[in-house]
Amino acid sequence: MASFSTTATVDDPRISLGDDGILPPVRGGGGDDGSSPGLPDYATRLRRARLGLLVALTPVLMLFVSFSSAYVVRQGLPTLDPRTNTLVRDWIPVTLPKLLLINTGVLILSSVFMELARRQIKGQATRVPPTSAPGVSAGDQTRIPWLTMTLVLGLAFLFGQWTAWRQLAANGFYVATTPSSSFVYLLTGTHAIHLMGGVLALFVAGIASLLRRSVATRSIVVDVTAWYWHFMAGLWIYILCLLEFAS
Amino acid sequence: MATHEIAAQESHAHAAPQGFIRKWVFSLDHKVIGLQYYFLALAAVFVGMFLSLLMRIHLIWPTAVLPLVGDIKPETYLTLVTMHGTIMVFFVLTTAPQGGFGNYFLPIQIGAPDMAFPVLNMLSFWTTFLGFVVMIAAFFVAGGAPLHGWTGYAPLSALQSAGPGEGLGADLWIISIAIFCIGALMGALNFITTTLDMRAKGMTMMRMPLTVWAWFVTAILGLLAFGVLLSAGILLLMDRNLGTSFFVPLVTVNGQLTGHKGGSPLLWQHLFWFFGHPEVYIAILPAMGMCSQLLSVFSRKPIFGYKAMVYAIMGIGFLGFMVWGHHMFMSGMSPYTAFAFSIMTMAIGVPSAIKTFNWLGTLMRGRIRFASPMLFAIGFVSLFVSGGISGPFLAQPVLDIQLHDTYFVPAHFHLIMGVASIFGIFAATYYWFPKMFGRMMNESMARWHFWFSFIGTYAIFMPMHYLGMAGMPRRYSQMTEVSYLLHLIPLQKFITYAAFVTIAGQLIFVVNLFWSMFKGKKASDNPWEATTLEWTTATPPPHDNFGGHTPVVHNGPYEYSVPGAPRDYVMQSDPEIKAAH
Repeated sequence: MASFSTTATVDDPRISLGDDGILPPVRGGGGDDGSSPGLPDYATRLRRARLGLLVALTPVLMLFVSFSSAYVVRQGLPTLDPRTNTLVRDWIPVTLPKLLLINTGVLILSSVFMELARRQIKGQATRVPPTSAPGVSAGDQTRIPWLTMTLVLGLAFLFGQWTAWRQLAANGFYVATTPSSSFVYLLTGTHAIHLMGGVLALFVAGIASLLRRSVATRSIVVDVTAWYWHFMAGLWIYILCLLEFAS
Repeated sequence: MATHEIAAQESHAHAAPQGFIRKWVFSLDHKVIGLQYYFLALAAVFVGMFLSLLMRIHLIWPTAVLPLVGDIKPETYLTLVTMHGTIMVFFVLTTAPQGGFGNYFLPIQIGAPDMAFPVLNMLSFWTTFLGFVVMIAAFFVAGGAPLHGWTGYAPLSALQSAGPGEGLGADLWIISIAIFCIGALMGALNFITTTLDMRAKGMTMMRMPLTVWAWFVTAILGLLAFGVLLSAGILLLMDRNLGTSFFVPLVTVNGQLTGHKGGSPLLWQHLFWFFGHPEVYIAILPAMGMCSQLLSVFSRKPIFGYKAMVYAIMGIGFLGFMVWGHHMFMSGMSPYTAFAFSIMTMAIGVPSAIKTFNWLGTLMRGRIRFASPMLFAIGFVSLFVSGGISGPFLAQPVLDIQLHDTYFVPAHFHLIMGVASIFGIFAATYYWFPKMFGRMMNESMARWHFWFSFIGTYAIFMPMHYLGMAGMPRRYSQMTEVSYLLHLIPLQKFITYAAFVTIAGQLIFVVNLFWSMFKGKKASDNPWEATTLEWTTATPPPHDNFGGHTPVVHNGPYEYSVPGAPRDYVMQSDPEIKAAH
């Protein structure tokens, strides 16, 4: 059992506790003592944004885990052939277009560029005081336009996926042709939709740059987008391996 | 400008909006968003309750022609079952305790000025609202709303030709749930990030109120479960509209082959119940947290076994992902698999019992104040025990096969998941209403509401256990002419009359809610003499929650009747109390 050991009389804890009760704004990352007053600083905002991304990626992961589980289960199911009245397999493996390998290379390269962009702007953000006003230039920010190059490669990847789907269709594999083709379209399409989210974030980063938002803000947008982009690249490699080796 | 005003502007990421639209419609303030969720759930619960009333009327007067509704055909009855379950599970039981109270009070209880991502929070609500609109729209399209049950079992749900309501109505049902999933995921993201990263100085994890723990673990469950439901919904939409065969085997409808082949209805069941069982805890965990809080406040005692309660919440959350197969004992699964699911299901009884005994331990020798929030909290414990005790019965595959499609199952899950959770919502409403609206609710009306609800729900759902054991099947619309069930019809009538009375009792709540908003007695900042941070701030809380300050926490959340303290409670932001030697 705890006991009350202070002699302080507390009538209104909001106003009477001085440094033992209510203090001016303190943001400490949760119960720790490493806090600083005022608006969350760059490090805090960056940490929070990264944590938010990590949490956000969990349901994305669960989505693809769920699809993968369905893929494995569906692959092993027989179906009744009404003509012969016997159980047969309707899983016809799809020959993936070679273009997907090129697309993979494009996405990996874009991920490298994205990482370079992240490091470049992070370096700028840490050199500039975090309280820098919007519109204040942090120096030579566009020496190598890594972000633009990432964006171009991202769009190239999406165009490549579209072309690969057209090749699949030309070979007779539509969404409902066979369960394996259903999964090819499902997995690659869902991945493409998610990557579009990354492309959108790159546009946002570009607009933030045009609007001359603070380097710290842009750095956080780029940092989070970069980790998301890397996740998408890793996810794509997983999907490709699943489709290629588990069929 | 005063120093604290400057500090308030700095600490809050967005300034207080002035216009009506930004303040009350597209608000970034977690408190307004919490209220929006709450009133959305309130609207939804009346839709759901109205549907259940139609079901109850139809069950005992199957040929009755009702005003506005007309006669209820068997397929219409299935539509009522489907939409009642869906609306209640998603837009009431998931929305009110987590989206409503969680949004409003989680940031305040941890000493934060807002959620971590306010814009995302706003989007979360409006996404959920859109989901509700799409769900309701299913009633008004050609063919009407779907009839495949809230579980959406394939192939019934996967074939547009499977029955009335399985056309556009079913598509809207799936799309609505998919939209809801996205909204819930955005909400969960905010809850987790805010809890982990925005706690005030001194608010260690083990000083968090059990409400916060419950919302936090519920958010994790949602994060893991809704993604899976979303994936299942996408596959179902593809089966329905693109001709794929994920869930549909070779099947004929009206003698015609559908064109599908090779899919597995069981795959849908696995995916759905991987979400569906954690959903039970998504509905009940916040109520557990809220009632734990209230039992301590109104017993004037620390919660019994705080750490055990925290670990029990985690244990329930973890085990909740291990037991989905117990919903599928009827599917012909291997007895060994069924045995494993059965053991895991009964294992959930352990953390559940820990919580129950700790609630009783909290009440024991307490100086209990029987205010209306406490009545509902005790009612919650009662319903949780009464509903939970039939769980181990249904966890036995042999018994479940006998009872699964009878009224025994609705009796079980309505008590433990539905009504218990609703009692948690009522308890929280009566408890936090003064903080949210600055006025007290009428206590007399609250007590009438409690007794109507408490006696009424037992009168409705306890007899259903007997109906189930006597063999009355659920989901059937007309049983008044089935000879072996005739002797049970009087009991069905009794349940329907009890439903009339119980639903009438809810009108007392609605009147009290809206009357008290404007005419209720003015509330003080801490009318219940509670300890957690929301009671340290003004009533209602200012835009940045603490009026330009951020609290520093020195104590646990349940310091009541502390020896030597000047009053019988020590607030979390009071000077630190020392352990007695």
